Amino acid sequence: MNYHWNWAILFAQEPGGSGTYLHYLLVGLAWTLATALAAWLIALSIGGIVGTLRTTNHPWVVRAGNAYVEIFRNVPLLVQMFLWYFVVPELLPAALGDWIKQMPPPWGSYVPAVLCLGLYTSVRIAEQTKASIQSLPRGQRYAGTAMGLSQFQTYRYVILPQAVRIILPPLTSEFMNIIKNSSVALTIGLMELTGRAKSMQEFSFQVFEAFAAATVIYMITNLVVVLGMRWVERKVRVPGLISATRGAQAAAH
Amino acid sequence: MLRHSKAIVAALACALVTTGALAEGTLEKIKSQGYITLANRDASIPFSYYDANQKPIGYSLEICLKAIDMIKKKYNMPNLQVRYQLVTSANRIPLIANGTADLECGSTTNNLEREQQVAFGYTYFVTGNRWVSKKSAHLKTLQDLKGKTIVSTAGTSNLKEITEINNKENLGMNIISANGHPEAFQMVETGRAAAFVMDDILLYSLQASSRNPKEFEISNVSLSLQPYGPMMRKGDDEFKKAVDDAIGQIFKSGEINKIYNKWFEKPIPPKNIDLKVPMSAELKKIIANPTDSGDPKAYE
Repeated sequence: MNYHWNWAILFAQEPGGSGTYLHYLLVGLAWTLATALAAWLIALSIGGIVGTLRTTNHPWVVRAGNAYVEIFRNVPLLVQMFLWYFVVPELLPAALGDWIKQMPPPWGSYVPAVLCLGLYTSVRIAEQTKASIQSLPRGQRYAGTAMGLSQFQTYRYVILPQAVRIILPPLTSEFMNIIKNSSVALTIGLMELTGRAKSMQEFSFQVFEAFAAATVIYMITNLVVVLGMRWVERKVRVPGLISATRGAQAAAH
Repeated sequence: MLRHSKAIVAALACALVTTGALAEGTLEKIKSQGYITLANRDASIPFSYYDANQKPIGYSLEICLKAIDMIKKKYNMPNLQVRYQLVTSANRIPLIANGTADLECGSTTNNLEREQQVAFGYTYFVTGNRWVSKKSAHLKTLQDLKGKTIVSTAGTSNLKEITEINNKENLGMNIISANGHPEAFQMVETGRAAAFVMDDILLYSLQASSRNPKEFEISNVSLSLQPYGPMMRKGDDEFKKAVDDAIGQIFKSGEINKIYNKWFEKPIPPKNIDLKVPMSAELKKIIANPTDSGDPKAYE
């Protein structure tokens, strides 16, 4: 292999004049986090609600939730990204579609990326929420009814506090997934970390250095997420709450 | 853990460097393999592109195939096969450098910066870096592009140049990169970008084969000269000499004029459009005196 190594390229100036290549990549990290965190908020709120609704005893609510989940679960993320970016502006009324297409970059790529990533992850969270609620023994629900709590109160005071603690480990995975999946947005022009690593490779021809730096930055970011979620798990832990039910322990893995 | 990962990276780097030192020259490689891998493009009309049957054709490709025929005779490799490797602007240099392809014949600009990574043979075309935009936008000078959305193809010297100019002249342009020339041209067609910066000959052929050619205009302003040459691995002087001797022979015998005429002054596939571009003075000059210089000043 005839490769010309140059690790000092990370400290060379990038052609756009914004600073060193390392700075260029770190700005990409900022965009990755901005996309991932905004999408994460959407995913948590929609996913949590849809997942909870799917465990109620109202058949049409459950069916609506199932339909929503199946639509977004069965299409690859990349295809969804292209649909949001290329197809949605064409399907909307002409004035709205044109306004969307005129959105100055990077917002023209950022908004579809956040919406796509948020809805894609929300269905995964909905599935996990449903699974964690259903892993609780039926006795919890009956006990709530026996104490005179309404369905909403049963969920609020009995079921959800336990379900949320069960779902925290899978939620850590989803959080890491949403950060990694944000790299798909480079295909619609969002210059996040992977997109900038690719651009750095094309300008400087130093392919190993560019992608090694991006790999290290992603690993450190995800490590911070893992440690942070572990702290959250410790903080909200109620001793004896989950280990009391063997079914719940199975769902936690 | 950090200490260990540094050791691992250092060991990996050593291993990769030593494999580089053991690499053989291209002539030995193709003789022992029985085939040479030619890197081709899919849409660099008319230099290297696919016809309607997905067969690689083009001006640069024809020059390289003739050069390979001469190399087969000179180095006694009568049964040498030619295999094709599709490349893009973004991956052509890595794929040549790592040995996936042996010779790239397309629309690759030879410049001093790239000569640190790869080697180039004799230049066989000279073009200029211009932009195409809709006539209705009236983008005639560089100042007209201020604040606009500009597109170029990923991995090209044109993208790098416009990024540097944007910074130096403080034009505040928003520069986006497309994956290929047709995609970038489509962005101008649909209005997602105001102008597409690329070599004028490629712009010319994209405009000629577009749905409404009269809608577009190519700038008179040329940002720089772009000489095209065949690309190969750096440090392989024997192979480079073989390629240069062959191309020099094609220039001297006048065969180049027939090849040029076929691709630039006659109808070409797939749409049978005649580009009608007469040979430029710069090209005539380097046919008389072949050069592999990466310095634009050598072509003025």
